[in-house]
Amino acid sequence: MSVHMQMDVSNLHKDLLAMCTQVEDMIHRAVDQLSEPNFETSRQLVDEDNDIDRKDVEIEDACLKVLALYQPVAIDLRRIAAVMKISGELERVADLAVSIAERACGLLNSPQVQVPDELKGMAQRAIGMLHRSIDAYVDLDSTAARKVCLEDDEIDDLNRELIEQLIRQMHKHPEQLDALLHLFSAVRQVERVADHATNIAEDVVYLVEGRIIRHAHKLNVDKPGS
Amino acid sequence: MFPTMTAEKPISLKPQVPLREPSAATDDVQRAIKLETRHLDFYYGNNQALHDISLQIPERSVTAFIGPSGCGKSTFLRTLNRMNDIIEGTRHTGDVLLEGTDIFDPRVDVVALRKRVGMVFQKSTPFPKSIFDNIAYGPRVAGLKDLSRLTEIVESSLKRAALWDEVKDRMRDSAMALSGGQQQRLCIARALATEPDVLLMDEPASALDPASTTRVEDLIFDLKSNYTIVIVTHNMQQAARVSDRTAFFYQGHLVEVGPTQELFTRPKEKQTEDYITGRFG
Repeated sequence: MSVHMQMDVSNLHKDLLAMCTQVEDMIHRAVDQLSEPNFETSRQLVDEDNDIDRKDVEIEDACLKVLALYQPVAIDLRRIAAVMKISGELERVADLAVSIAERACGLLNSPQVQVPDELKGMAQRAIGMLHRSIDAYVDLDSTAARKVCLEDDEIDDLNRELIEQLIRQMHKHPEQLDALLHLFSAVRQVERVADHATNIAEDVVYLVEGRIIRHAHKLNVDKPGS
Repeated sequence: MFPTMTAEKPISLKPQVPLREPSAATDDVQRAIKLETRHLDFYYGNNQALHDISLQIPERSVTAFIGPSGCGKSTFLRTLNRMNDIIEGTRHTGDVLLEGTDIFDPRVDVVALRKRVGMVFQKSTPFPKSIFDNIAYGPRVAGLKDLSRLTEIVESSLKRAALWDEVKDRMRDSAMALSGGQQQRLCIARALATEPDVLLMDEPASALDPASTTRVEDLIFDLKSNYTIVIVTHNMQQAARVSDRTAFFYQGHLVEVGPTQELFTRPKEKQTEDYITGRFG
C-alpha cells in the first residue's frame, strides 16, 4: 500500500472512530431522556446531529477519493466499503437519537403516562448492541459481530410485545393517545437503533471475512464459499 | 485430441473444437478444461524457476497470471506453447496438456502446436512488411497460396482484432507506420490468422496509452467468446477488469488461483492479499 493511501485510510479510520464515539454518546443521552426528558438536551442533540451529517458526508467524500485514486482491492477495498457503510449507519443512529429525545420531551405534557421499564431495558440492549458492533469493528472480530446479529431477533420480539402492550393501553385509555403515540414511536426508533447496530455488525463480517451476510438468513446463503 | 506427428496420420491445423456462438465467459457455466499442467517443474540450467505447478485453464475464458517480477509467470506462459524450447539449457518435469494431450510428447509438431496456441508479446513486433503481408504471413507459411482465401483471412482477422475499420484502405502500407496501439492489435490479428484455440498474451498493453489499452482490453473481452485467453500482466486493475480467473505466482510457486472477483475481494492466502494490496512486491 502506498504511503499516500496508507495515510488516507488511517485518517478515515480515525474519523470513523471519532464519529462512533460521538454517536454512542448521543444515543446514551437520548435514551436517558426517556427517564428524565428536558428540552435543552434535545436541542443539543439536534446541533450534534448536524455535525454528524457533515462528518458522514466528509467520510463518504474521503472514501470515494481513495476508491478513485488508488483502486484498492481485497482488505483495503473491504475497509473502504465498510467505513462508507458504517458511517451511513451511524448517521441514521444520530437521527434516531434526536427523534427519541423529541418523543421523550413529548411525554412531558402527560405525566400520568409512564415510560415502561421494558422500553428502557430494550433501549439499553440496543445501545449495548451498538457498542459491541463498534468494538467488533475496532477489534476486527467477526465472531463478536455475528453475536450482535443474533441479538436482533430478541429486540424484534421485545418490540412486538411492547407495541401490543401500547395498543392495549390505547384502547383502554384513549385520552392518553397523544402520549402513547410518542411512546409507540420511541419503541420503533429504539428497535431501529438495534437494526443499525446489526447492519454495522454485518459490515464488520464483510470487512473481516469478505462475506456479505445481509439477508443471509432469508436467502440461506451464508455458507463458506458463498 | 491434439494433432501429433505420425507417419500414418497427417496433422490437422484446424481447431479440434468447432467455434461456438459467443457467450459471456463471466457466467457460472462449467467450462471444459483447455489447458492443464500437472506437477510442472521448470529449470533454467540448475536454477529451478517453476515448482510443482498444477493448474487448469478453462476454455473460452480469460485467465490472468499475476505476481512480482521474477515470480515465474512469464516462464509458465511460455511453457504453454513450448516457447521455452528455444532457450538453451532449459528442461522440465511434469505434464502440460492441451485438451488432454501432452504437448511435450515427442510426436507433437511444435509448429502446429504454436498455431493452435498463439502468442502476443509485450512489445508489438510487426514485420517490416505491409499490413496485409503481416497478417497473411502465418497462413502462407502453412502453405496457403490462394489469394482470395488469404484476403478473406486477412479481413476476418483484422475484424476480429477490431482493426479493420482503421486500416482497410491502406492494406499495402507498411505495418511499421501504425501507432503503438494499432501495431499491438495487428499482432493480435496476426496471431488470429492461423486460427488458434488459445491466445497467450504477455503484458499485451503495458506499453500502450490508456485509450489503446482500453481497446485491447475490449478486444480481449470480445475474443474470449471464441478463444481461450491467458494473459500475464503487472497491472492488477487490468487483471481484475479483463479476466475470469486469476492465478497468483510467487517465487516460482502457484500460490492461489480462483475466480477473479473472489481473488480481488477476499483472497484465501495471505501472500496473495499482501501482494495485491501492495504490501510487498
